[in-house]
Amino acid sequence: MPQEVSLREAYGQTLIELGKENPDIVVLDADLSRSTMTCFFAREFPERFFDCGIAEQNMASIAAGLAASGKIPFASTFAVFVPGRCFDQIRMSIAQPGRNVKLVASHGGISVGEDGTSHHSIEDLSLIGSLPGFTVIVPADAIETAQAVRAAAASYGPFYIRLCRPKLPLVYNQDYRFNLGRAVTMRPGERVTIIAIGIMVAAATEAADNLKREGVDCRVLNMSTLKPVDEAAIIKAATETGAIVTAEEHLEHGGLGSIVARVVARHHPVPMEMVAIKDTYAKSGKPAELLQRYGLTAKDIEQAVRGVIKRKGG
Amino acid sequence: MSLSEMGNSLSKASAENVSAEVFSSAIAEAKPLSVKEMKAIAKRLRRHIISMIGRAGSGHPGGSLSAVEIVIALYFRVLRHKPQDPGWSDRDRFILSKGHAAPVLYAVLAECGYFPVDELTTLRRLDTRLQGHTDCTVTPGVEMSAGALGQGLSFAIGVALASRLNSQKYRVYVLLGDGECNEGQVWEGAMAAAHFKLDNLVAIVDNNGQQIDGWNREVMNLDPFNKKWQSFGWHVIEVDGHDLTQLTQAFDQAKLVEGQPVVIIAHTIKGKGVSFMENNPDFHGKAPNAEQVEIALKELE
Repeated sequence: MPQEVSLREAYGQTLIELGKENPDIVVLDADLSRSTMTCFFAREFPERFFDCGIAEQNMASIAAGLAASGKIPFASTFAVFVPGRCFDQIRMSIAQPGRNVKLVASHGGISVGEDGTSHHSIEDLSLIGSLPGFTVIVPADAIETAQAVRAAAASYGPFYIRLCRPKLPLVYNQDYRFNLGRAVTMRPGERVTIIAIGIMVAAATEAADNLKREGVDCRVLNMSTLKPVDEAAIIKAATETGAIVTAEEHLEHGGLGSIVARVVARHHPVPMEMVAIKDTYAKSGKPAELLQRYGLTAKDIEQAVRGVIKRKGG
Repeated sequence: MSLSEMGNSLSKASAENVSAEVFSSAIAEAKPLSVKEMKAIAKRLRRHIISMIGRAGSGHPGGSLSAVEIVIALYFRVLRHKPQDPGWSDRDRFILSKGHAAPVLYAVLAECGYFPVDELTTLRRLDTRLQGHTDCTVTPGVEMSAGALGQGLSFAIGVALASRLNSQKYRVYVLLGDGECNEGQVWEGAMAAAHFKLDNLVAIVDNNGQQIDGWNREVMNLDPFNKKWQSFGWHVIEVDGHDLTQLTQAFDQAKLVEGQPVVIIAHTIKGKGVSFMENNPDFHGKAPNAEQVEIALKELE
């Protein structure tokens, strides 16, 4: 079993490194710094840390003002509150003028667990992905998180990085190099392609390994840059494997599945299945229980692969 | 030098591309305005507002006309700015939060030489730099894209925090509408600016008493308005928002306040200067027709 590491801690540690390297890095939080791990930066650089209290709208626009004045603000809270609680502020203060603001949201998806519906972020990728000019990243493990945060700091413009609450098994080693806007092939394969993000990448590789034992050869792509999406990798997958399954911890509407389907429909239509939360809200429960209840496990991906292969005609 | 003369010479200076320092010292040396001079430039701005909105066929005259003296005081007396270098990093910032008052900002920016006065006729047209609500991506001198109310104070806090972090001297001014203060975000910002002790931040409220649906006190009562700001930790100054002397004194006084932000509640009249627009909420967001433009311009001669 690979080591499980916190993405949030990787974020917090990376912020400290960035803070040492660049005096223009500033960090904002909305009273959740000990959950988002921006508290690490706050301890190291108190003069460059701004706790905005429980006021996400204010935080989003303050971050925009800092960015307009040459700072590189990282603003964090739970994914259900940014973008959900301050969508218009993100739209007008950050997206429209293309401000250099980095929104890093923790607690994405339903793996938040017991806190229940109010804290399950299942619409955030659809919301933030709809904003022109935003770069959207969903890292698959702590190593990719650290590098994605560095990439965001190094690239001008608005970024959204979605992290999750639970520790995740490492899918990469320290040699991994995150390449903004490029899908990563986790497993080669020719029969079907599984495209996954975030917590579902490990599930996708597990599913692919299980299916391989049945003689089903699956390609697995980590589409960690959700926007701008790697269209070439999607078209290649559609062309070479003839069937696609997407897997995400998000509503089926407006997330990875929708984005991939748009590219597939335009360039090379093939059968697709989407492993995602259907049109509903999840309830309280342990993360693993919820992932099982709402169809987000390796087994669900395997079933979707068998289904899409049937539609493909074998 | 009278203000109108100064405006002319500044436009000329801009055209001749005279160095930025010459411009800024011209601003600094401007003498206090006489009532006559104030009226001259105020009338000119009001004529621009009526003409451009009339020509565009849509827009918000009421809240632009009420803010004329506020922007005159700022742009011709208070702000350190360089129209030929809108991105000058040490400039004082003016942030228009009530973005529907874009015409009054465009009028004063044009008079200062940020862009030609003739360009005002392009308001709201396809491909114009003068968008219906302010858009900082296209208009020189516009600091923030506004129109979605309630965001300007928070944005200004970010700009003021950056000034402090960078040990810069620039000051930040943000103009809010009174109706805009219905927005919860304004009070999030009010709390934060006081918490961060931002004495380089001045909010001005164009307190014209009206919003689209009618009088504030009937739509959503703001009273006791000054006490709200005081209780949030702000230094409050109240002035007649059409009296340039009171306004400039208030801005001078604001510079002396330490350890807390300042709000200037400027009591104004919506539609000020045009008889049939004054205190008439119908002209919050309605353009005058050709006949009304003619009458208004005659009143503003």
